[in-house]
Amino acid sequence: MNDTSTLKPGHIQGETGIWEMVIGLEIHAQISSKSKLFSGASASFGSEANRNVSLVDAAMPGMLPVINEFCVEQAVKTGLALNAKINNVSVFDRKNYFYADLPQGYQISQFTKPIVGEGKIIVDLDDGEQTTIGIERLHLEQDAGKSLHDQHPTKSYIDLNRTGVALMEIVSKPDIRSPQEAGAYVKKIRSILRYIGACDGNMEEGSLRADCNVSVRKSGEEFGTRCEIKNLNSIRFIIQAIQSEAERQVDILEEGGTIDQETRLFDTSTGETRSMRSKEDAHDYRYFPDPDLLPLEFTENWVKDIKEKLPELPDSLKKRLVKDFGITSYDASILVEEKDYVDFYQQAANGRDGKLTANWMITELFGALKKDNLSFSESPITSENLGELISLISNGTISGKIAKEVFSEMMKSKKSPSEIVKEKGLEQVSDDAEILKLINLVISDNQDKVNEYLSGKDKLFGFFVGQVMKLSQGKANPGVVNKLLKEKLK
Amino acid sequence: MSELLNLNLVEASQALKNKKISSLELTKAYLKSISDTSSLGAYLEIVEDKAISMAKESDKKLIDGTARPLEGIPIGIKDMFCTKDIKTTASSKILENFIPTYESTVTQNLWNDGAVILGKLSCDEFAMGSSNETAAKGNVINPWLKNKKMSPGGSSGGSAAAVAARSALAATGTDTGGSIRQPAAFCGITGLKPTYGRCSRWGIVAFSSSLDQAGPLTRTVSDAALMLNSMAGYDQKDSTSANLKMPDLMDYLDKGIKGKKIGIPKEYTQDGTSEDIVKIYEKSIDWLKDEGAEIIPVSLPHTKYALPAYYIIAPAEASSNLARYDGVRYGARHEASSLDEMYELTRGNGFGDEVKRRIMIGTYVLSSGYYDAYYLKAQKVRRLIKEDFENVYKKVNYILTPSTPTTSFELGKKQDPLTMYLNDIFTVPASLAGLPGISLPVGLDKSGLPIGIQLIANSFDEPGLISTARVLEMSAGFNFIADGAAK
Repeated sequence: MNDTSTLKPGHIQGETGIWEMVIGLEIHAQISSKSKLFSGASASFGSEANRNVSLVDAAMPGMLPVINEFCVEQAVKTGLALNAKINNVSVFDRKNYFYADLPQGYQISQFTKPIVGEGKIIVDLDDGEQTTIGIERLHLEQDAGKSLHDQHPTKSYIDLNRTGVALMEIVSKPDIRSPQEAGAYVKKIRSILRYIGACDGNMEEGSLRADCNVSVRKSGEEFGTRCEIKNLNSIRFIIQAIQSEAERQVDILEEGGTIDQETRLFDTSTGETRSMRSKEDAHDYRYFPDPDLLPLEFTENWVKDIKEKLPELPDSLKKRLVKDFGITSYDASILVEEKDYVDFYQQAANGRDGKLTANWMITELFGALKKDNLSFSESPITSENLGELISLISNGTISGKIAKEVFSEMMKSKKSPSEIVKEKGLEQVSDDAEILKLINLVISDNQDKVNEYLSGKDKLFGFFVGQVMKLSQGKANPGVVNKLLKEKLK
Repeated sequence: MSELLNLNLVEASQALKNKKISSLELTKAYLKSISDTSSLGAYLEIVEDKAISMAKESDKKLIDGTARPLEGIPIGIKDMFCTKDIKTTASSKILENFIPTYESTVTQNLWNDGAVILGKLSCDEFAMGSSNETAAKGNVINPWLKNKKMSPGGSSGGSAAAVAARSALAATGTDTGGSIRQPAAFCGITGLKPTYGRCSRWGIVAFSSSLDQAGPLTRTVSDAALMLNSMAGYDQKDSTSANLKMPDLMDYLDKGIKGKKIGIPKEYTQDGTSEDIVKIYEKSIDWLKDEGAEIIPVSLPHTKYALPAYYIIAPAEASSNLARYDGVRYGARHEASSLDEMYELTRGNGFGDEVKRRIMIGTYVLSSGYYDAYYLKAQKVRRLIKEDFENVYKKVNYILTPSTPTTSFELGKKQDPLTMYLNDIFTVPASLAGLPGISLPVGLDKSGLPIGIQLIANSFDEPGLISTARVLEMSAGFNFIADGAAK
């Protein structure tokens, strides 16, 4: 038997050997657009039910969709950021099915000719390794409304605010091999979307959701039958759901069973997936080109213009941070994860010690925010203030130890570090005369220890340093203290 | 009264502008006509108060010299057009109490140009039919024969019957496979289906989105020109609307056809075409030749596949377009204990047989496993039919055909759906190709029923279509009035 503790992520030890996961993701990203994909109604989140509904959204007789150009531009931007092929001609299709929160009786989507074709992205894994995940396609589609089943004992209510909101569905190739890779892939996609501003990536509000296709196989074998887990809205759930689903499949296969291709839901309370509908119950969506809309066509030049306006993306930014600020590739990958991080970092580190800034930001600031349960945008410490703190350390105004004290005060009071240092009189003392005074005091108070030291007990040197520092309330420059003590105790 | 009713649209417009008549008296004359001819069943809804107030408004403008092109002209609107605050049912039970909060672009264009609404006109349910017998509230009667109840044609049967019976000076229609031209032919009036994209589809209850096109039903070609001038126009709200300015069609009425080439397709005189129609069709060819046109025999080889392709594409789109009538948000709803049961009861009770038949056909041809064999193949046929026309228009300017294989038939003589579908055999090809076509009355058959002849022009050549139709109209000199028309 193998030792399970050495299993690679994405591998499952079964009775019959090691199983490997094969995962493909469909990410639904809501486009950051003021209005919907085919109507002028507001796409904002959190409005009172049925407030953001136009005649088109409610599918009133004779209403026609008109494409929102901004959304098309966001899809092209995203395609370019995913290093994908932009299809200069694409077609909207109708996906037909009946449901109470689908007013038209069909969803306008793209089936055979999506706006974006194949692409690929590089994903950073926790162990510092990288892997490439292929993108199959990206297409534009409308969101459906929301059915509210908990408002009345026998009736369901319908909220059409989301109806018609623009979504991009980003479909990966089945290149993902572990739940952790899936999580890292979603993180990377989210980060890219935020960089280019195509989607706010807010998973709690549902702006970013994922359907996960999971199958298992023995290494080197053909792909197994897959199950699709619908509508996962956090990276943690994605990781949990994939792991649990793969384990379920391994259990079935190990017992000689077969996997039914089906759609499953993840139950967050049990941490397990359960069947939603089988392949036999799957809808026949009767896709056909929407006759109300002309094919989307754009010129090479239009795409080129969008490409030229693309902001710097995480991969190239990461390389630049390593080069310009001398930080490690690992630190850089953490900093580029979010556009907010990297903007903050670049402001704080500008003209300062890049490595020191990265350490303070990643270890101290991220740690403190986590401890106080604050999001990054809620940070009491601004990039200017962190930068100033780095300067105070670098120019010797305060020691690293005092800096930590100043930092905690900054977290509490939001004051600037120089203000805090001034108020509390925390400037480092480097003046020889002042430090000599303290040294003389320590020597005269500890004459016996001085004698012991002089008679060969070298270890006591640290004691004298400590006493001087203590007397200075930590403000004495440790380097100067060391130097002067050595001279004095010769 | 009868002098007022004798005026066609262009004449009435002149008389209004010259202050010989007022819109109020004209409108009242038509309201009386509506009540005199109510047994025909053309109107589903009459909006007398609104008509009177719009007429008064028009009279003010006529007096202060700010009259617009259709100022004070009382017209009827096919019930497929959504009209704000006026019940719009598409002749279906499923929309029996539906009152839109919005106005279709085409009708708004008409009101903006001064037209006065009389009411909403019956049609086949969701414009699906060729006899007006699928209307939920029952068929409309063709005003031509007093002793027999004949079909006005469909789907714009109410519109055609009202214009023929002189209970509307003009009417709007929609044409998907012949729904303007065939009833116009049956009722002895002029019906024009513009190029696909000329008139906005916004606010028109959708039947088959890639085919539906609004157009006028009128007494004369010039009336049609005046109506279409107002109805047509680019509309940002319809992505398939053509961003092309249409010239003033009134300028093309008397351009003549000297030197123009008229194509006579050999595929349009099929076995089932009635003798009287063939005879007058041949006469029409001679008339055009006499007026200086060159007659050229042409072939549209894929014509025979047009009808089967149409009866795949139109139902396919309809099956999807009609999915929205689900009882959830508006229209009729049958309460039930589950969502699926509610759908079944609402749609089962709300739709008539023909609509259900087409939803079934459409659902079938789009289903996985059948899509390629039916829908995709029909789309290929559609492309071939379009190419047929493109090739012919390299050689000729216009194509002349009969509008229908037979004149009107008796109501209630239950025909099987396939025979009924054959009514559209001459109108469907131009619909599939998106081309403009006009049917105008050129004579009567042995039993005294009107015969329509169709002219088909190239895309966006409505001006030429009007010039040619006008020549044919003058030559035919059709001046019969239906027996059942208001006097």
